[in-house]
Amino acid sequence: MKGKDIISILDFDADELIDIFELAKDIEGNPEKYRDTLHGYVLALLFFEPSTRTMYSFQTAMARLGGASLVFSDTSKTSIAKGETLGDTIRMFDGYADAIVIRHRIEGAAKYAADIAEAPVINAGDGTHHHPTQAVIDLYTIWKYRGVIEGLNIGVLGDLKYGRASTSFIYGVSLFKPSKLYLISPEELRLKEEVKSDLDRMGVDFVETTDLEGSLKELDVLYVTRIQKERFPDPAEYERVKGSYVVNMELLKNAKEGLMVMHPLPRVDEISTDVDSSPYAYYFKQARCGVPIRMALLKLVIIGDKNGCR
Amino acid sequence: MDVDRELLVRKIKDGTVIDHIPAGSALNVIKILGLPRGSRNRMAIIMYTSSSKMGLKDIVKVEGLELTSKEVNMIALIAPTATINIVRDYVLVKKERVKIPELIEGIIKCSNPNCISNQDRETAVPKFRLVSEEPLILRCEYCERYTYKKDILRQFGIGR
Repeated sequence: MKGKDIISILDFDADELIDIFELAKDIEGNPEKYRDTLHGYVLALLFFEPSTRTMYSFQTAMARLGGASLVFSDTSKTSIAKGETLGDTIRMFDGYADAIVIRHRIEGAAKYAADIAEAPVINAGDGTHHHPTQAVIDLYTIWKYRGVIEGLNIGVLGDLKYGRASTSFIYGVSLFKPSKLYLISPEELRLKEEVKSDLDRMGVDFVETTDLEGSLKELDVLYVTRIQKERFPDPAEYERVKGSYVVNMELLKNAKEGLMVMHPLPRVDEISTDVDSSPYAYYFKQARCGVPIRMALLKLVIIGDKNGCR
Repeated sequence: MDVDRELLVRKIKDGTVIDHIPAGSALNVIKILGLPRGSRNRMAIIMYTSSSKMGLKDIVKVEGLELTSKEVNMIALIAPTATINIVRDYVLVKKERVKIPELIEGIIKCSNPNCISNQDRETAVPKFRLVSEEPLILRCEYCERYTYKKDILRQFGIGR
């Protein structure tokens, strides 16, 4: 995996993801073993769009591996404000760093960066398109706590049209042959045609529905997403659909035993806080998987399978 | 021989005959090719003429111009049945059917304004994979959105 660009979750197959999970699990169990793994290496974090957990978890991951990070996150104070192109910015950081993490509001920006850079490029979100490392974290959470990903009934709730985390999660679980995918959203926020045609091609059994309550009793996993105001081209469309679904304990009375309620966070009001202390709540555990997964990914793309420092 | 008949069969000395264009699409073809390009390229446009294969078809004859493969690909996107005949000194030297390539680079724009290939100052050349010929669907290699025939026609100012 050394040198590999991570643009989409479909850049991996199921076996490669399991290898990443095994490594992340070992990192969680034996963090001291990895303390100097990336000593002497430099990671560029280029966040052209705001981020808290993704940026800080990458930075933490690099620090815990003994490496250093260059953080570029406020474009008003950098050469971007002087009119530098993305292409030139990438060329410059490619000369400084051993890997580049990029978040950008423009779709395809990460692939473009990967075409330019010699160093491996990791997509930390490009517009409404992909967010592959979040999907690796989500899948790891299911694998770690449920023991298996194959054959589950998986529900994905919320903004399936503009949500990059939900799109990457849907592609990711599809690599593990779910029993059935329940795509639950308002009519206006259904999955893009392009993604649906990919699911057909991958042979995934999926159903699109607006009915959360009716689907709930079938589900092993419910992946909840925020309806993201900032992605809507038309504010009136957002006003129509905001607050469409709320997951609370009243609703979960009908849930299957062992249901995992997940969320990439941040949440607004789509999961009520009364769920937080219930056995269904996995979203905080999921967030804690961010650092070990990103440590595993950074190690693999920067030095591959080998151990040790530079 | 009447005048119409003569118009259809008269040979050109050097140039290209684009035959078997879907009836009614000839003007779109010349618009996409940016024809005519000055007085050098004398042209004949024949529309709604009978065809044994197609019922009705259009034909475009252009003197003094041999189409490049990029131009042939552009025609394929809007007139997939077309045949290209290259004529030199009254002799047909090459005849080929247009074919939409599997990978289309740099001819058309992505339909997604938020795609990196639509950012003016970046050098990302639009690249598409062919998803379907009929109906025509292309998929952007960067943002993975679909671009349909109506989007392509709109780009060339042939919008509906």
